[in-house]
Amino acid sequence: MRESIIMKIHYGTALGAVALVAVHILMRMTQNFDQSLQYQNVIANYHFLPYALMLEAVLILLSVHGFNGLRVILLELKQGSTYERMVNYGSIAAMAVLIAYGSRTILMAGMGIS
Amino acid sequence: MAVVTTPKPSEELISINKTLDQTNTITLRIARSNPAEGQETSYSEFKVPVKKWTTVLEAILYVKQNLDHAVAVRYSCRQASCGSCGMKINGKPGLACYTKVSELKSNVITVEPMNNFPIIRDLAVDFKQLISNHKKMKPFIIREDSEVTPESKEFIQTPKDLENFLQFSYCIKCGLCNSACPTMATDTSFIGPQGLAQAYRYVADNRDKGKEDRLKIVDDSHGIWRCHFAGSCSHVCPKGVDPAMAIQLLRGYMLGFQK
Amino acid sequence: MAERLSNREGIKGMANPTRYGIERVAYWLQRLTGLGLLAYLIGHIYETSTIVHGKIAWDKMLEFTQTTQGHLFLTLVIGMCVFHTANGIRVMLGHGGIGVGKPGQPEYPYKAASLNYKQRLCIWVSIGLAALAMMYGASVLFGV
Repeated sequence: MRESIIMKIHYGTALGAVALVAVHILMRMTQNFDQSLQYQNVIANYHFLPYALMLEAVLILLSVHGFNGLRVILLELKQGSTYERMVNYGSIAAMAVLIAYGSRTILMAGMGIS
Repeated sequence: MAVVTTPKPSEELISINKTLDQTNTITLRIARSNPAEGQETSYSEFKVPVKKWTTVLEAILYVKQNLDHAVAVRYSCRQASCGSCGMKINGKPGLACYTKVSELKSNVITVEPMNNFPIIRDLAVDFKQLISNHKKMKPFIIREDSEVTPESKEFIQTPKDLENFLQFSYCIKCGLCNSACPTMATDTSFIGPQGLAQAYRYVADNRDKGKEDRLKIVDDSHGIWRCHFAGSCSHVCPKGVDPAMAIQLLRGYMLGFQK
Repeated sequence: MAERLSNREGIKGMANPTRYGIERVAYWLQRLTGLGLLAYLIGHIYETSTIVHGKIAWDKMLEFTQTTQGHLFLTLVIGMCVFHTANGIRVMLGHGGIGVGKPGQPEYPYKAASLNYKQRLCIWVSIGLAALAMMYGASVLFGV
């Protein structure tokens, strides 16, 4: 993939994440912070499909943005074709693992498997 | 008979002249190394008399003439036009001929070779990579009809058209921007602010038709996207080229903000 | 050896925020906060995953994170998040060529138009917003 496309994704995920993370934080503010973290309340959040979908979107956006940012830093630190290939594939793998792990939580908590 | 009297110098003028004539002594620390011979960096210290307008280059040349002629330094025009005498002066890249000792406000001045360039010896560094990256940007007007024929017409360029690229054409290839760039500090494959600014210089020239070519060249994993707008290049540029602006404007084409 | 021959400043030079003005400090902070936020994201996904193990596991995790140190850390995360966002928007607009000035005839003393007061103001506003958000976050977290 051309670097310009990757970086456009980087900017796009950043803007998307800003909007959705703001909603995510505001949801904590709808009630007392400690209360909002109570088990029943958090589970209720996951059971509410639009919110669960939003969490999934936040997870994808932040993982892509975060690991691409890390990829950029690592590419600048050291050069060499093997190293760069490792960094590129490594960040995609890390993204995938984090998304899979986070999705598992959203899915299991949302479906009440706990 | 008329008597011509010479005006007496005012007290103010006398005090200015005194300041100009005042000689101070500074300690000039010069980094010495010869990597080809395995010689590690060491610092030689010299006491150098300076006046208000003495430049760092003049101080180095004083050392060469009077104290140690073996100091390796590259210089030519002495007026910030040739871009030869770039070096690190008290930790910051600058042109030695363009930096006055008095403006450094220190009695100890350390000069070192510019970072991010291989050292040849002492203060002289190798510009191979900078020149090679500059060439990669195709630093010339690209047009199908560049051959002059009897049917050729002159290309009219308005002052406004000229202003779009003029400041970027003032680059003297001194390398200070590449030396200050944080990406260049670790990325050996990065094109660098000098090359990228020159790419924009030609892209912004309305006589040029090579925009697509150049945008393809800079759209690389070590190209324009490795600039994070830290602005250090523009901070040290001695000619007001402002490479950071050129790079962001060039990127504007790729992001669709510029047409 | 290669590093010495090429005379690169290396990580030390890249990570040194001094010498080149507030823009370089902002670059450094943007990197640092980005790395910090990625670390937090990984930690946050791990901590929230305890919910699938039931109420006891969740409460145990809360006991571990909802402490004074945990709240201080979260306050720092809020600051990092706000700075990274605000400064990121400035940088993103700059990357598009917005707010970086217009090319023109450079005049002595050659002040770079791209390092203009708007950019500097935005950096200070980002820092200020981060500080305000941290204060507000701390007041919510510590229940002041």
